[in-house]
Formats: sequence, C-alpha cells, structure tokens
Amino acid sequence: MLLVNGIYKVFNAGTVNEKTALQDVSVELKEGDFVTLIGGNGAGKSTLLNCVAGVYGVDRGSILIDNNDVTRLPEHKRAAVLGRVFQDPMMGTAANMGIEENLALAYRRGQRRGLKWGISRKERELFRQQLKRLELGLEDRMTVKVGLLSGGQRQALTLLMATLKKPKVLLLDEHTAALDPKTANRVLEITEQLVKENNLTTLMVTHNMRDAIRHGNRLIMMHEGRIILDINGQEKKKLTVEDLLERFGRVSGEEFANDRALLS
Amino acid sequence: MGAVSLGLLWAVMTIGVFITYRVLNIADLTVEGSIAMGAAIAAKCIISGINPYLATCLALLGGMAAGLATGLLHTQLKIPALLSGILTMIALWSVNLRIMGTSNISLLRMGTVYQPLENLGLNKTYAIIVLGLLFVFALITILYWFFGTEIGSAIRATGNNPHMVRAQGINTNTTIILGLIISNGLVAMSGALIAQSQSYSDVQMGTGAIIIGLASVIIGEVLFGSRNFYTRMVSLMLGAVTYRIIIALVLKMGMPANDLKLFTALTVAFALSLPVFKSYLNPLRSLFKEVE
Ligand SMILES: Nc1ncnc2c1ncn2[C@@H]1O[C@H](COP(=O)(O)OP(=O)(O)O)[C@@H](O)[C@H]1O
Ligand SMILES: [Mg+2]
Repeated sequence: MLLVNGIYKVFNAGTVNEKTALQDVSVELKEGDFVTLIGGNGAGKSTLLNCVAGVYGVDRGSILIDNNDVTRLPEHKRAAVLGRVFQDPMMGTAANMGIEENLALAYRRGQRRGLKWGISRKERELFRQQLKRLELGLEDRMTVKVGLLSGGQRQALTLLMATLKKPKVLLLDEHTAALDPKTANRVLEITEQLVKENNLTTLMVTHNMRDAIRHGNRLIMMHEGRIILDINGQEKKKLTVEDLLERFGRVSGEEFANDRALLS
Repeated sequence: MGAVSLGLLWAVMTIGVFITYRVLNIADLTVEGSIAMGAAIAAKCIISGINPYLATCLALLGGMAAGLATGLLHTQLKIPALLSGILTMIALWSVNLRIMGTSNISLLRMGTVYQPLENLGLNKTYAIIVLGLLFVFALITILYWFFGTEIGSAIRATGNNPHMVRAQGINTNTTIILGLIISNGLVAMSGALIAQSQSYSDVQMGTGAIIIGLASVIIGEVLFGSRNFYTRMVSLMLGAVTYRIIIALVLKMGMPANDLKLFTALTVAFALSLPVFKSYLNPLRSLFKEVE
C-alpha cells in the first residue's frame, strides 16, 4: 500500500547547517499493516512521515501509495489518500471553527469543493454517530469551537477526521506525546479501534517503547536517518523493552537517546 | 447624518479589511491602492458616459485584479504577505494615475448610483444612507452564504490553521488568493461608492485607509462584538459608522483636521496593544488575589 524507495532528505544543503535527515530509507507497508516507528530524538521519524505526506520533497528516491507514484505531488494532492494526526494537538484542527465544521472539512478530503453549503443535515447525523463512539460527550457539543476542547479531545477529533474518509495510509506522529498518561491511553485505544474497524494501513511514531511493542503487527526503529531494526510477526509479539534496548545498542553502538522513552 | 452615510460606505471597505485581517489572518496593505483604484475607475467611467452602476461593477473587477496580483506575489513568488501588499499598493499609484489621466476627477453634476433615489425627492445624504444600508445588508447576506459554502469554509479554515487545511486536501494558495480577490474587490467598490458620494476621485484618497479599516474592525468587535458570522459583519458595519461619528465629534471639539490621522493611528495602536496591557495587568491581578 505504501512503498518508500531509497529516499534521501538533506536540510539546508550546502550551508554550515547541512543536515542529512534521511539516508537511503526504504520500507514497504502491506495493506492492513499497523507499523509502530520508534527512535531517538532527531532520528528522522517526523521527517519520514513529512516526506510521505509531501510536506517536504525528497532529494532522491521515490514514494508510491497504492502503486501510484506520488513523489512529485504537492501536499494537498496527496492528502486525498492520507490521514494525518500530528504531535501538537493544535495542528490538526481549526480552533475557531466548530466541531462539526471541522468534520465537514475532513469529510470532503479528496473531493472538489464548490458552492454547496459546507455541511448537510445527513452529514450532521453521521458525525453525531461517529462522535458518540469516541465516548467523550462531543456528540452533544457539535457546534462548540474546537479551541475550547482539551488536548485529548482535540487529538481524538483529529483521529476521527483523519479516518472519516478512509485513507489509504494513516500517518500518526507522536500523537499522544503531548497528553497526560491517562488521556494518552484513551487516545491510543481509540486509535486501535479505528484502525481495526477500517483495516487501515498505519504508520505510527511513538516515543514510548511499551506502546510501540503493545500496538501494531510490526516495529521499526530508526537511528540517524536510517532504519536499523524491522521486527514483525511472532518475534514482535515476544519483544520486551529490554530486548529492544539491547538490540538498539548492538546495531547502533550507542545508548538509546530519548529521555522520554526511557522514563515512560 | 453625514457621518452615518460616510460610515456606511466605509463599512463595505471595513468588511473587505475584515476578510483579510481576521478571516485570512493577513495584514493586507493592497487596500490603500485598491480603494483609490475603485474611485478612479468609477470616476473615469462616469465622466466617459458609462452607467454609474456598471462603473461601480467595473471598479469591483479592478479591485479583484489588484487582489489577484497581491495573491500571486505572495503565494507563487513567496514574497511575505505584508510586502506583497505594499508592492501592489505602490504599483497601483501609477496605475490609478494612468486610469484617471490626472490626479483628480470631479463628478459634480454627473449621474451617480444615488441619482435615482435623489430623483424620488430624497436629499443626497439620505439617498446615500438608504442605498448604503440596502447595499451593505445585501452584501452581508451574500458573504454569510458564501462563507458557509464548502469553498468559503475552506477559506475560513485557512486563516485558522493552514497545516490542517492542506492535510484535508485543500490548496491553501488558492484559498488565500480567493480571499484577497474578494477583499480587494469590496474595497474598490467601497472606493467607487465614496467617490460618487463626495463627487470627486483623488489619487490620494487611499492614504491611511488600512488604519481606518482596522480601527472600524476593532471598534465594531469591541463595542458590538458577537460570535455568529452574520452578526459579526453587522457589528463591522456599526463599527465603521461609529468610527465616523467619533471623528465628526473630535473635529467638532476642535481637533485640527490635519491631526486626524495621528489620532486614528494612536487609537489603533492602543487597541492592537490591548492584549499586552492585559497580560501586564493579569499578574498584578493574581498578585492582589493572593494578598487577599
Ligand atoms: N525543517 C527542517 N529544517 C532543518 N532541519 C530539520 C528540519 N526538520 C527536521 N530537521 C532535522 O532533521 C533531523 C531529524 O528530525 P526529525 O525528523 O524531526 O526527528 P524525529 O525522529 O525526532 O522526529 C533533526 O536533526 C532535525 O534537526
Ligand atoms: Mg518528531
């Protein structure tokens, strides 16, 4: 479903600040794969997701979604087949617009927008049903401005927006990192539920090793712009945090450098 | 009454400024040029014998073209929005002189959009108020509808969070350009209506217009602010009228006309800095609470 083919990404090329964020990264996600992506600070995880989403162009290599080469497509065109949730709860929604207005914008992802009214009665009913299933009470507050919601509620809403129109690939970039542990768990439950129900091909970055092990059918670890571990199937099921740290040390020759991952 | 009639015509401009400043979250200086452009086009057309209503529509088109120019400079050539607006504004000075062929045109004894109402026996000020009210409410209704549509919602969201808008498959370049086109079209139309009300068009008339627009937006929001998009636009109209009444009052109280722009600029600077003052006051307040 997603094929990343030997991509390179260099920031500030030719200056003193030159930084190679991705080096020859290749990965393939089959339909229905739920891959967790872990790695130290600055490993290139966000850059990989941003390259897939078209926020940045790549310097070399290609990206295919469902056998279509999207390497040269601008961000808003790729969005038609992608669902995205960001680390910052502010990033995924329009704060001054209502819950239902945000959902209506997301429901038209990949469609031409015209002079039809922005939201129909039938859609409102659909949104209400979907919101109910989040069990956050949002179904009774559909016209409330999203800016008034908590971070967890906003992330749950962004998740719903990302999956309302079934995406070919769902990209989650540390979408629970800014939440308190309890809320983070609830948002992860919702993630699990939405991914399962829609059989979504998912790439989820997390800073939490336990979450990375607990969720998904495959785990990838990045370090200094490269993929250094790729574990799936039975092997992943048996994985422990200690295993992961030990294998990281063996492959990279370093200690795992992500404070948050170790603390959590 | 003169202040009310003038305020209603500037309300059209205020709504244009609101679309860029509040909806798109861009401070667009193009308006200084596009308001004069609207006046220039309308005046030139009317003295050339073109129907005043058609002349006003042509002014709208001219302003839309100015908005498009700024939009292209900003989105395609990646020039910061503020600078793009300044570039278009400067360029429009020459364009407006070319349109008029001279630096001002008198419209005395020429037909205007207010003529039919005057023919019904209204004096000019009341004719402007009646037409102005009709026009502003029609405009607000159309804009309320437009900003509720799929495209309109996308424009509103762009000013809010462009990342999110792109993630939902919308080209933010398109929405920004559309917003600038609509805004400057309205501003030029306002210029055309103002020129016909005061019976002349002057290449200088845009100077300081952005500040007047911002002052009206802020007064409208502070005094009449509301949440619904429709009533929000009505409050803009009231803001524009209030601004004119305030100006008329301070002039009556003896402020020299030449100091008006300084007065307006200081007022707007104060209003824009309110959040800073508030944040200075807040720690004080919490301190007092602790003492209590
Ligand atoms: N827009 C950018 N401009 C310059 N450097 C960047 C940019 N985005 C990321 N980088 C650099 O690329 C590297 C990888 O960053 P990132 O992908 O954000 O890491 P992470 O794995 O923590 O998400 C870091 O060294 C970061 O400083
Ligand atoms: Mg990151």
